[in-house]
Amino acid sequence: MNTTTRLDNSEDIVIMRNVNKWYGNFHVLKDINLNVKKGERIVICGPSGSGKSTVIRCINHLEEHQEGEIIVDGIEVGNDVKLIHQVRREVGMCFQHFNLFPHLTILDNLTLAPIWVRNMPKKEAEEIAMKYLERVRIPEQANKYPGQLSGGQQQRVAIARSLCMNPKVMLFDEPTSALDPEMISEVLDVMVELAEGGMTMICVTHEMGFAKRVADRVIFMDAGQIIEESEPEEFFNNPKSERTKLFLSQIIQH
Amino acid sequence: MATSEQMIPDRAPPITQIGPIAWLRENLFSGPLNTLLTIAAFYFLYLVIPPVFEWMFLDANWQGTTRNDCTRDGACWVFIIQRFEQFMYGFYPEDLRWRPNLAGILLVLLIIPLFLKRVPYKGWLALFILLVYPVIAYFLLHGGAGIEEVDTSKWGGLMLTLVLSIFGIVAALPIGILLALGRRSSMPIIRAVSTVYIELWRGAPLITILFMSSVMLPLFLPEGMDIDKLARAMVGIALFQSAYVAEAVRGGLQAIPKGQYEAASAMGLTYWQSMRLVILPQALKLSIPGMVNTFIELFKDTSLVLIIGLFDLLSIIQQANADPNWLGFDTEGYIFAALVYWIFCFGMSRYSLALERKLDTGHRN
Repeated sequence: MNTTTRLDNSEDIVIMRNVNKWYGNFHVLKDINLNVKKGERIVICGPSGSGKSTVIRCINHLEEHQEGEIIVDGIEVGNDVKLIHQVRREVGMCFQHFNLFPHLTILDNLTLAPIWVRNMPKKEAEEIAMKYLERVRIPEQANKYPGQLSGGQQQRVAIARSLCMNPKVMLFDEPTSALDPEMISEVLDVMVELAEGGMTMICVTHEMGFAKRVADRVIFMDAGQIIEESEPEEFFNNPKSERTKLFLSQIIQH
Repeated sequence: MATSEQMIPDRAPPITQIGPIAWLRENLFSGPLNTLLTIAAFYFLYLVIPPVFEWMFLDANWQGTTRNDCTRDGACWVFIIQRFEQFMYGFYPEDLRWRPNLAGILLVLLIIPLFLKRVPYKGWLALFILLVYPVIAYFLLHGGAGIEEVDTSKWGGLMLTLVLSIFGIVAALPIGILLALGRRSSMPIIRAVSTVYIELWRGAPLITILFMSSVMLPLFLPEGMDIDKLARAMVGIALFQSAYVAEAVRGGLQAIPKGQYEAASAMGLTYWQSMRLVILPQALKLSIPGMVNTFIELFKDTSLVLIIGLFDLLSIIQQANADPNWLGFDTEGYIFAALVYWIFCFGMSRYSLALERKLDTGHRN
């Protein structure tokens, strides 16, 4: 929109500066600083309760931060509802439990936001939806309901749903952790393709294979802080902090 | 370790597991206590059903015009048949009864397309029914603007019952939905106002609300200002019912997982868009059983308008019972009233079940 002036001219599409957040007295995010460039692929990992989901949920203001600033695509995410909607339009998000709308068909799930948020004509929205359904390889499911699809298919639909808004950034909040093991790879394949297509991605995930393959940077969080941040090779082969070493040994043990 | 390369083909279950014999064993004679209860129940039915059936049908009187025609032992349906028109319309002038008929037929004709699958412009039709139809119905039933007026004190019978309950249900639905959203709002003042409203109206019996509307309200109105008694009752019923609808809808809203709200917000929908497109369609579906329950209650509760001097179906039957020419046929009257109420309530119940099935998309949260 033309009412806002860009707060930043840099390449960074997401900027978090000294972000702090509390749930009541519990300090969940501590001085988070994170810059994400256009086209960059970030993987955030860490033990449960470390605040990694909270970080990405602050980016599109599903969670409110109390201190610091978050700038997405040049717009500050604060208390202004209009600006929040503007940011959300440009930021796609996939959830652990897919969160498809069970009362709508797959096609209607995909066209909902383009029609109501972008005011796109229905026909055009449907064409775009079919394009993305083909990209996640399930165009034949377009007229079914989410309840009729497997978990892996639902998550692929959820990814396609976000893509229909043509987002500048995609957030993934543990997209594979609710899936049966045999369905994980079909979702990861779609995510890898997306990464290779140049999408800016911030993924909270425990899929270390995925991190090694596509991430530009891996961020390790513990107890609400960013403990370590490095390229995947460095991160996995030569972790610096003790906590990172411990975490890596725990997840690779079995 | 053994391996089996051959698949075992499916076999039919033992004969005791399927068919009518299995059903009887499973459901009626599964143990000594159950067998005893089954026999006792059949004996009870044997005692009750034949005499009732005889009284209602075999020995009943159907022909004639006065009580003297009721010569046989059974029910005197002549009474119901003679008074039928009055039970339907109350004291609505006979030559104008085509007007409520037309209003009723019009409503049914307008509503049927809503239930058919492939009808375009359903939304507009629904809006027409909600906004334009009430005006048409008002002029048909009440008159005015050149159409002969029929004072609401002459309305009565089933027609009045239907006017009260349809208005109550239709008006309460939107108010109730707004109240339910208000009660779950993050804004404290809206939440408080909604909560207080719901608790106040839900805490008072309908009968006191009807009393208030007919006896107390006029005391607070300025001298010479008079609001039609029926209109006051209708408003009272709608406001009362909206509190119940609100609670039924709130139940549905609470059952919607947080993820649905988050997914809707994350894609940039505004609050009202996500409510209308994502949350309410699911929440309303979940609250159908609760809402239909309150609608059925309301339909029957409209008989309370008797105490403020309106002659709905039940009160007009009671009045006919007191007619010296037809004394002693209360049973027939009440059975008829019960039958009519039952037909409507059972219809609502069946319809709601069908609606639940139709809206089921195979998803369990």
